Parts: sequence; C-alpha cells; structure tokens
Amino acid sequence: MNTNKAVAPPAQPALKITLPVEGMTCAACQATVQRALTKAPGVSKAAVNLMMNEATVHFDPALTNPTQLVAAISDTGYGSRLPVAADATTAADDEREQQQRLEYESLRNKSLVTLGLGAAAMLASMPLMGGMSAHAGHTGDPLLRWTMTVIDPPVRAALPWLYATDPQTLTYGLLAVTVLVMAWAGRHFYTRAWSGFKHGTADMSTLIAVGTGAAFLYSFAATLAPAWFVADGARPDVYYEAVIIIIALVLLGNAMEARAKTQTTRALRQLAKLQPSSARVRRDGQELEIAIAEVAAGDLVLVRPGERFPVDGEITSGSGAVDESMLTGESMPVEKAVGDKVIGATVNSTAALEVRATAIGAASVLARIVTLMKEAQGSQAPIQRLADRTSAVFVPVVISIAIATFAAWMVLPETPSFASAITAAVAVLIIACPCAMGLAVPTAVMVASGRGAAAGILIKGGEPLERLASVDTIVFDKTGTLTIGAPTVVDSAFADGEDHAALLRLAAAIEAKSEHPLATAIVAFVGTPPSAAVDHVVAIAGKGISGTVEGHAVIAGTEALMRESGIDAAALAGHATRWSGEARTVVMLAAAGRAVAAFAIADTMRPNAAQVVAALKARGLRTVMLTGDRQATADALAREAGVDEVIAEVLPDGKVAAIKALQASGRVVAMVGDGLNDAPALAQADIGMAMASGTDIAAEAASVTLMRSDLDGVTQAIVLARKTMRTMKQNLFWAFVYNVIGIPVAAGVLYPVFGILLSPILASAAMAFSSVSVVSNSLRLRGVSLS
Amino acid sequence: MDVMDFTIVGVAAALIVLVNWYFLGRSPAAAVAVAAPGQVAEFTIRVEGGYSPGAIEVARGSRVRLTFDRQEDNPCSEEVVVPDFGIRRDLPAFARTVVEFTADTVGTHQFACGMGMLRGTITVK
Repeated sequence: MNTNKAVAPPAQPALKITLPVEGMTCAACQATVQRALTKAPGVSKAAVNLMMNEATVHFDPALTNPTQLVAAISDTGYGSRLPVAADATTAADDEREQQQRLEYESLRNKSLVTLGLGAAAMLASMPLMGGMSAHAGHTGDPLLRWTMTVIDPPVRAALPWLYATDPQTLTYGLLAVTVLVMAWAGRHFYTRAWSGFKHGTADMSTLIAVGTGAAFLYSFAATLAPAWFVADGARPDVYYEAVIIIIALVLLGNAMEARAKTQTTRALRQLAKLQPSSARVRRDGQELEIAIAEVAAGDLVLVRPGERFPVDGEITSGSGAVDESMLTGESMPVEKAVGDKVIGATVNSTAALEVRATAIGAASVLARIVTLMKEAQGSQAPIQRLADRTSAVFVPVVISIAIATFAAWMVLPETPSFASAITAAVAVLIIACPCAMGLAVPTAVMVASGRGAAAGILIKGGEPLERLASVDTIVFDKTGTLTIGAPTVVDSAFADGEDHAALLRLAAAIEAKSEHPLATAIVAFVGTPPSAAVDHVVAIAGKGISGTVEGHAVIAGTEALMRESGIDAAALAGHATRWSGEARTVVMLAAAGRAVAAFAIADTMRPNAAQVVAALKARGLRTVMLTGDRQATADALAREAGVDEVIAEVLPDGKVAAIKALQASGRVVAMVGDGLNDAPALAQADIGMAMASGTDIAAEAASVTLMRSDLDGVTQAIVLARKTMRTMKQNLFWAFVYNVIGIPVAAGVLYPVFGILLSPILASAAMAFSSVSVVSNSLRLRGVSLS
Repeated sequence: MDVMDFTIVGVAAALIVLVNWYFLGRSPAAAVAVAAPGQVAEFTIRVEGGYSPGAIEVARGSRVRLTFDRQEDNPCSEEVVVPDFGIRRDLPAFARTVVEFTADTVGTHQFACGMGMLRGTITVK
C-alpha cells in the first residue's frame, strides 16, 4: 500500500501496471530505473526486469498515474511508453488479415487466368495427340481416354482449322504460352524451390518445380530435336498443356487453402475486435472522449446503455444489466450495482454507468483471453508428432520414389517408353502433398479453441485438448463447484403463536451485527435488515451472537449455545434433529428466554448440478465428489447430485493425494475446482478445470478455464475435446491415406493388372483437393454442437 | 536386362542416395552464443528457403532471443515452431519477428516451420 500515509486517502487500492523499458543493457541500468520508480510519488513497489525489458509498478491511483510513471522512467534516460497491447494486437491482426486477403486474391486470379490458358492449350494439343492412343502409358489414364473419345470428335468438327494447322506451329505456340505461365503464375514455385535447395531444404514448391520442370524439359527437347526421339524409337510428344494445368490447379488449391486458413482464426479476431477504440472519461470534472490507449487505471469512465465497457473496472455509480455473453457464453444478462466488477468489451445493456478503470491494455481480461487463445492456437498437440516426423523426410522420400518410378518404367515393361516413364515420375511428384499432413492437426486446434472461447471455455492448447478427450473420471470439488459456495437458508420454523415477520426482523437485526457466513445467510434470507437499535452485542466464537434489539435480549446461535444459555428449545427441537440428519446446519433464535425460531442452513447445490452429472455419466465418465465435509453431509449432497463416488473428510492438502490415488488406479482425471484454493489439486489432475469468477481467467494450475460459473461448461468442454480429437484423427487419416494410396497409383502399381494410370493433370487436381478438404473438415468444428 | 537397364538402375540408385544425403544427411554448422547463464543470448536467423544459421548453441539458463528475419513470402515458412518451449509464432514476410524463451532444459531442441519441413536446432548445454 501507500508509503506516504499522511496524504493517502482511505480505501484506494493500489494498482499494478507493467511498463516497457527500453535501452537497459546491464544491472546498473536496471538499478537506476528501479530507484527512480521507487522514489516516484505514489509508488509503493517497483520491480524492473532487465531480461524482459519491463517494469512492474504498484501505485496509488490517487497520487500518480501511468503517464507520470512513464515520465519518471524517461527522466532516467531510458525509454518507456504506455502499454497499448490490446490495441496493437488488433492492428497487427488487421494488417495480417489484409495481407492474407491480398495473397488469396492474387493466387485466385493467377489460377483462373492460368486455367483458361490451360484449357486453350489442351485444345491446341488435341491435333498433336492423334495416334497417341497406341501408347501404352497413356491409355491407362482415364482423363486422356475421356479426352480422346469424348472431346476430340466435336473439337475436330468445330475447329477444323486447328487440325489443319502445321503441328510444328502449334508446338512452338504452346511452348511460348508455357514459358509465359511458368515465368508469371508459377514463378514462385521455382524461386522458392531454388532458395530451399541452396539451404538443403525441400518443400511443396520443390515437388511442383521438379515435376513441372521435368515435364517441360522433356517437351522442350521434343520440340527442338524431334528427330532424336524418333531415331530412339520414342514419339516426340509434348506435355505443355499438362505443365500449364498443373500450375493452374496447384494455384487454385493454394488459393482455396489460403482462404480457408484465414477462417480458422476468425473467432479469435472477432474476440479481439470487441474492444472499443475510445472511451469517455471524467477528468477534473470534465468529460473527455479519449483513445483507449490513453485511458489510465483509476480513470472514471462513463458508459451509456448499449455501449461496450471500454476497460475492466468497478462500478462507482449506477446499476443495471450487463450482457457478458461474448466472453462467457452466458446468454442471460447479469445484474450489476456499485462495487461490482465489469469486464471490458461486455455490453452495458440498460442504464448509464460510471466505472473506475482497474485494468487496461495487456492487463485487461479481454487482452489476457486473446493472449491465452493465441498461445493455445499456437501450441502443438502430441498427435501431431507423427505428422511432423513424416513431413520432415517427406519431400526427399517422394523425390526418391519418383526416380525409382522413372527407372522402373524404363526397365520393366516389355516395350519401355521414355514418355511413360517421365509422365509417371511427374505424376508421383505432383500428387504427393505434404501440406495436408501439416495442416491436419493445427487447423483443428485453431478452430476448436475459437469454438470453445465463443462458449466461454478457454482451453490452453492442443495438448490439454487432446488429454481432455481421453479423460474418464471427473472429480468435482464440492464447495463452490457442485454447490453455489455460499450458505443459504433452506428451511425455517417458528414457535407456535409468534408473529413470523416480527421474528424474522429480530433475527436479521441481530445477525446483521455478525460477519459469519451463517449470519449473512440469515440476513440475506430475510431481505433488507431493519434499522432497529441493537446494543450490547457479544459474539460468541463458533457458537453465535447475543445482544439486545430495541431493548429485548436476543440470542442467535447453535443448539449448544441455547443449552449453555439455559434457553428452552423444546418447541423447535424436532425440526433441529431432522435438519441435522439431513446434513443442514441449524441456527436458533431465542428471545425472552425461549427459542422462537430456527433456521436450516446449507450450501445449496447449483440448480443444474444433477443434470450435468447425469450428462457426464451418460458419456461414460465416472463422477467423483471431493470434500472436506463430514461423510454424512457429503453423502446427502452426493445423493442429490447423483455422483458415483464420494471422497469426504479430505483436508485441503489431502486433495492432491486423493487425485493421485485415482490416477494410480489407472484413471485419467479431470478436476473441477475454483482455481484458487484447489490449485494444487488442479495441477495434479491430468486436466485442471477452473471455474473462473469473472475476472480470474488464466488460473495458472488449470488447463481449462470456464468463464461461466455454470457446470454446463464441464460437459461442453469434454464434448468439444472429443469432437476435435475425432476431427484430427480424420484429418490425419485422410492426409496419410491420400499420400499412401495416391503416390503408388501415380507411380503405376495398378497399371499391370488394372491398366489404370494417373496423368499428371489428374494428380494435380487430387493434390489441390487434398489440403482443401483437410482444412474444410477442421472448419466444420466452428458450428459443432456442444450439447 | 541389358547394359542400358543396369545403367539406368545404377544412375537412379545413385541419384536417390544423393537426394537423401543432400536434404537429410547433412547437418548445418552451429552458431554458438557465448551468453552465460542468466544473460540474454541473441541470434538473428535469416528465413529464406531455410534457416541460417540452422543450428544454435546456448548455455543452460540463458534467456534466448531469436530474431527471425523472414526474407520471403513462401507460405511454408510463415510460421515458426519451437515445440519444446511451447512457441508457435507467425512470421510476417519481409519483417523481423522476435521470439524469446528461457533455455532451461538441456538437450537438442528442434525449431521448424509450421509443417516441419524447414528445420533448425537449438542445443542447450
């Protein structure tokens, strides 16, 4: 807290801010900045981190503000500025989105133009193909067979001049167009392949470049020196149209993939954009509209109905409903009044509110959610390792297979054909697609994180997602998880002949003087406490409270207290005994020497706890309740909730041991708790699920944070994880199967028996389709139902 | 099989060996940082068809600051991943991107592009 106590106004909590510090190179610099900050007015604590180039400062908002702190750092000669993390992130995202759109448009335009040229080239090649059907390597290609039988006759009828043109003219014309396409639309395949080659790396571009390059060089040689081929017993065929169409189709696939990829992070970008760009603040009695980056912690921010809160804060004036659905997934608005916390980016629905800013920039809940989600989307799922290992050796292996294919076609058939050998090798290079494997898992993780965030479920990455899918046991901490976490009066009884309303007022009056949770429950049960005069209040630790209300002696407390005080509790003893049997806590009220009222108090179960437990059991999960309560109390609640197993009378440090015991019996355990008291148990569990209380989103120990204090999120998280896992497996399966089947077929393994062979053009169409199908499959998770 | 066939098979086999050696068999020379534990080890890695330097070495406990200088727009290198340190970062084309982490586990850690085709190593000693 504040060091300058003489001028510190009361009840002004210290705020924390992290500022960047630039130019520090050594420990001495660090010490200089730290000393300057510590000595600055209003600063209670400052820690400068040389490694991270930042300073964390605790300060009193009444005495200083971030701008002055930045000035204090600048005075030492080092640089600093106000943190604007949330804002900057959005700008960077916008820029990237713009870039991705331009990339998509450029790819799309190139592919469409090239596709048009490819179609023309195909027509122009038709006259050159006459008699080609005699070729062993070609009749096996379904595309070519179709072309020769279906397309050739009408083209021949429609364009007789084409067939009358000198074949050499056609060939040179095709050569010119092909060179043009390779230099314009396909240029990057060759430059990238070359720059990779220089570094000893190979990627998809290498395959396309080598494949189209080989087809082009073969055709080029056949164009320039057809005589050499004829002399060698081969036909001087050209494959220019194949080169053009391969480039067109691969570009088209890339374009579709680029567009689909931008969709995978859309949920996150939408989240980041929720932050308003400006805020109306009251400073020195004046209302100012300022940019969000200039809002400082401690500022009073005015928010009209229908507007989004620009910052995290605490309501200082007004009350109304707040729509938090964008962050928590909870569709019902939440009533908030003075003193309640509001989260930036949520919508103020009904009334004008004044809010004191508590967290801005990177410290705000929204910015932390966005950061968390970014990290999650960037993380790797273990299932990806297989794909990673494969892609690392993929390209060299495919090139090897292509070389082997070429050699086999040259050596094995009865009538070896150079043309067939070349086309088969090119088809192998073109059909192989490492991209599908590389995209299979990350795209699913990205889409699933976004889907979760939209429902108020924050999952910290691919690994937790994968582990969550394999969880078979859910352990609930009782208090605050299965139950609301606050004791409530569930039943009451009154002595005969008494005025109930008067007794309730009496109970509220005396209990209002106590801060015990049981007393609070009774006050809340009665409603607004009366303004009766209460004197001679004595709190009896662990038992109750006594005093006088309007001059009448009153005692409220346990049955034991009544006995000790010589109170006659016979009239209510029956109720008390029954309630105790039901694991309720009993509080009695005595006035004028006899017990006049009794209250049964219990921590009530969340309204949908039983439904959620049933839903989890229906999904084959074992449910366990973990609590420090006595066995009887715990059993009563467990019956109500329907959990399979109760572990009661567990001391706080025994929770970890209980989880370990479950794990030792071979269970994969998810622990649901409040993230604070349960942190060690959450960390021990295979998956820790923290029910966030609104602002505490990034509970360290938890790998899943539920933004809503609602148990539904537990089921939804499991459902999401299981469905995501299924998508990942499908993606990997298709990516692998596609390559494992596609490559041998392209190489011609089916040719000897079935006569099937893929032309390079068909191979490129299959290749373009493969990665698009994987990304599209991941995108289906966006609309997946979580119930 | 005649002499021609043997020649073809022989050349093909040699080519296959050559391709695999060229792309997989060679290991890049390491750039070694002298940063002591607790200090910042800085490297600038050029990203263009690969990573250069493709291998770096740091002392255990160092704070490692890698500046990826991506001089291409090949989508294959648009992400960099350091799985052991939980990092996956977008690398905008023709820009520098700083990645920081603490090298706290001894061993050889891989960094790679998003699809695992471009690779480099970080050796922590």
